[in-house]
Amino acid sequence: MVKSMLKRLLLLVSYILFNLFFHGVSLATSLTYITFIPQWRPQAQFAGYYVAYEKGFYKKYGLNVKILTGGPDSPSNEYLKEGKAEFATMWLSSAIQMKAHGIKIINIAQILQRSSLMLVAWRSKVKDIQDLNGKKIGVWGSTFIVPLKAFIKKYNLKVKIIPQMGSINLFLRGGVDAATAMWYNEYDKIINSGVDPCELTTFLFYKYGLNFPEDGIYVLQSTYKKYPNICAAFVKASIEGWLYAFKHPKEAIDIVLKYMFNAHVPANRAHQTWMLQAIEKAFFYHAINSIGILKKSDYYKVANILMQEGLINNIPLFKDFYKNCYVKR
Amino acid sequence: MLKDRGIAFKLTLSIIISTSLIFASIFIYSYLFSRQIIHKKIRENAKNLTNAIVNKIDMILLPLEKLPQGISYVLEHTNYTKADLITLLKTVVKNNPDIYGCAIAFAPYKFKKQTLYFAPYCYKSNGKVKLKYIGGDSYRYFYWDWYQLPKELGKPTWTEPYYGKGGGIIMATYSVPFYREINGKREFIGVVAADISLRWLQNIVASVKVGKTGYAFLISKDGTFITYPNKKFIMNETIFTIAKEYNCPYLRKIGQRMIHGCCGFVPVRSILTNKKCWLSFAPLTSSGWSLGVMFPQKELMADIMSLNTHVVFLGILGFTLLALVVVFISRFITRPLSALTHITKDVARGNLDIEIPYTYLGDEVGKLAQSFEFMKESLKEYIKDLKETTAAKERIESELNIAAEIQSSMLPRTFPPFPERKEFDIYAIMHPAKEVGGDFYDFFFIDENKLCFLIGDVSGKGIPAALFMAIMKYLLKTEALREVDPDTILKRVNKTICPDNDACMFATIFLGILEVNKGIIHFANAGHNPPLIYYRGKGVKLLDISKGFVVGVMEDIIFESQKLTLLPGDIIFLYTDGVTEAMDIDGKLFSVERLVKNLTEILKDTQDVTLIIKTVEKDIKNFVKNAPQSDDITMLALKFKGK
Repeated sequence: MVKSMLKRLLLLVSYILFNLFFHGVSLATSLTYITFIPQWRPQAQFAGYYVAYEKGFYKKYGLNVKILTGGPDSPSNEYLKEGKAEFATMWLSSAIQMKAHGIKIINIAQILQRSSLMLVAWRSKVKDIQDLNGKKIGVWGSTFIVPLKAFIKKYNLKVKIIPQMGSINLFLRGGVDAATAMWYNEYDKIINSGVDPCELTTFLFYKYGLNFPEDGIYVLQSTYKKYPNICAAFVKASIEGWLYAFKHPKEAIDIVLKYMFNAHVPANRAHQTWMLQAIEKAFFYHAINSIGILKKSDYYKVANILMQEGLINNIPLFKDFYKNCYVKR
Repeated sequence: MLKDRGIAFKLTLSIIISTSLIFASIFIYSYLFSRQIIHKKIRENAKNLTNAIVNKIDMILLPLEKLPQGISYVLEHTNYTKADLITLLKTVVKNNPDIYGCAIAFAPYKFKKQTLYFAPYCYKSNGKVKLKYIGGDSYRYFYWDWYQLPKELGKPTWTEPYYGKGGGIIMATYSVPFYREINGKREFIGVVAADISLRWLQNIVASVKVGKTGYAFLISKDGTFITYPNKKFIMNETIFTIAKEYNCPYLRKIGQRMIHGCCGFVPVRSILTNKKCWLSFAPLTSSGWSLGVMFPQKELMADIMSLNTHVVFLGILGFTLLALVVVFISRFITRPLSALTHITKDVARGNLDIEIPYTYLGDEVGKLAQSFEFMKESLKEYIKDLKETTAAKERIESELNIAAEIQSSMLPRTFPPFPERKEFDIYAIMHPAKEVGGDFYDFFFIDENKLCFLIGDVSGKGIPAALFMAIMKYLLKTEALREVDPDTILKRVNKTICPDNDACMFATIFLGILEVNKGIIHFANAGHNPPLIYYRGKGVKLLDISKGFVVGVMEDIIFESQKLTLLPGDIIFLYTDGVTEAMDIDGKLFSVERLVKNLTEILKDTQDVTLIIKTVEKDIKNFVKNAPQSDDITMLALKFKGK
């Protein structure tokens, strides 16, 4: 009896020592428990994080992560700014605007390196870019409007913009001739509403020299300075989650669907499967050794457009904005 | 092999096959026809049921549409205060249990110039009607579907269904835009929107039961399931995501027809029950949503299936019965036949005393049995006759054998006949065509130096010829021994035989007397074939002699005596027409020419008379081959050797 208790104690001590040695954070800092918020409600767009959590990758890296539900009622940028979450995802363009407006945030990983933003139009009305002239275009929210404006400017189009909340119904019922959409989300929703791809004309912005990298992981500058190891651990565990999700899509979708049902978000497998596949394309857009890395050229391209649009009046230095936390193993 | 099988088998097989074909054709026809009828009925019923449900739903939805439409009409045609609006809203919400809430949402600055958002909203809460103003930075209603759809489309619109606040209840908003004439221009002022609970709708659709597993469902304009037996589908899946997940492009096509407001009746496999169903669908007049009703094929076709199962079962039963009857009848017919077959075998083995059964029957089998009986009796009779005939024949045959024995003993058969005489060699044979023959030969010494030799051929064959030949032979020898000339001998024999020759038989005879010391032959011919003569070193030729007349026909015939001289080594060859007229199977004759030719060949090799005759004999056998011998064959060869 005593012998077995001693044995257990020995095991416990060696486990603690092991963790101390390899991660150095678990006991040494107060941030073992961290909070993460994605910028929208649960869906395959964030599969990597849910998978990393469910498969214990965060725990493996010594992190006890609480994943909050993002969305219009809980904007991730607000949560990050106010310290309600230590880690948040945001679009690069939104993050640059925040930083330029004086909120000290750091990009520690650029997860989606290719823009999925697009214009989708009825083929019966629009066959090429010039056909967009004089057409009504539905646009969802402010985040989406920057690349669209750049697109309109680039091709010198005169269009009527109809701001909308994220719904495809106005487009489906013919209330607008074209609408902004995410390749991984609304485009497939349109298809899933009985519209055949041949009925649509699509303009994926990245194909028109307007690649605005989207989801990146952000922390406050203070957090990064204090706990660089935890930041690195979070990035590594998240990317591991992503890689696992792409390798085991069915399992990943199961996990995502579980989160969606719990959050009372309409969910179905067909759409989430499409989304994960589309996200995989955006994830692996650059070379394989560039996973999670923000390219300097991409950064300045987006920042310059924001400047031109008058949305920012200074461009933060790239080295202040981005810290590479993902060291390839 | 079928042809080796019994009549019972063939009969049964052919009857069963033909009746099976008839039955199968009738069955298939009736199955297809009744199926078509049932299908038509089901189709009609399905259409009726679907329309009935659609009407039931529309009966509730259409009056609900009237309320916002009414408010919109009031707003377009009257002047109102804020209080008026609120009273109007409260009344509508209070008096209509299906309306959860109602709002009048004004476009920016359209209610008051300085107010961006103005949208009073009355709603039910804990049984009371409450008022609140919606709109603000956190809820910019201008961008929501319920506002934007009627505004942009310029007509009343149903939004896609959604879960109401607090979840659980599916709602949809019916919005009507309203306008005002301002400076002669029709301007958009705002939207009247009614939030309508769809709980009752779910109850109506869920209460639809078709058979045990049939069900109904409702999809919205974009294909989202509003009701479905599987709750997980509701508001989560569209008919198109299901089509994609189950990889069923056909379902997608159906979904497209449904959301485009078509009616239809199509076969489809249910995702829920995995059973083949017919899907009947029709759109709601009000919202344009599509109602689908699944009719399980198997259940609806159960009656016809059970009818068909019974028909098949009865058919099989009937076939079995039919087969048994056919087997029984054919056995009944063939049993006597088999029995008769066995009896016939016994009869064939010689048991003619066996009793033939079934002769009492009047049908074909009875007639056959009677024929057998008659045949048996005839056979009996015939066999009895045959036994007697055979006995007689055997007796005659034994007598004939004796006669043949006697006849052959009458001709000299010992060779050489005169071993002490070196002046000549002689050899002869006689082969009768039947047991006994009419040919004959003879040779004997008349005195020390005179050898008489002869050959004869009696007309006809068999016993009469043999008897005549016996008489001839003895008469000739008797007359020859009186030492007279050959012509005298023949003349005397002719004279003797003619008076008693009632049968008018005759004989050809060649008779010669060789003076053995001189080689001179005196001879006479009575109508016989001229002999062949071989002069040493000169070859074979026909002896040129007078033909003479046959013996035994005319009493006063005179014969001519002739003479020829042989040198040592010369050979005279006598033969009957059985040699030259020996026939092969094609009727070709051996002929004198062939005999001369063959003898010439033979004499090149040998001069021995025995060998010469045996070789000719062999040549004739080779010539006629398997053809039966038609005439007696007789040959005699005499070689003069001198002293």
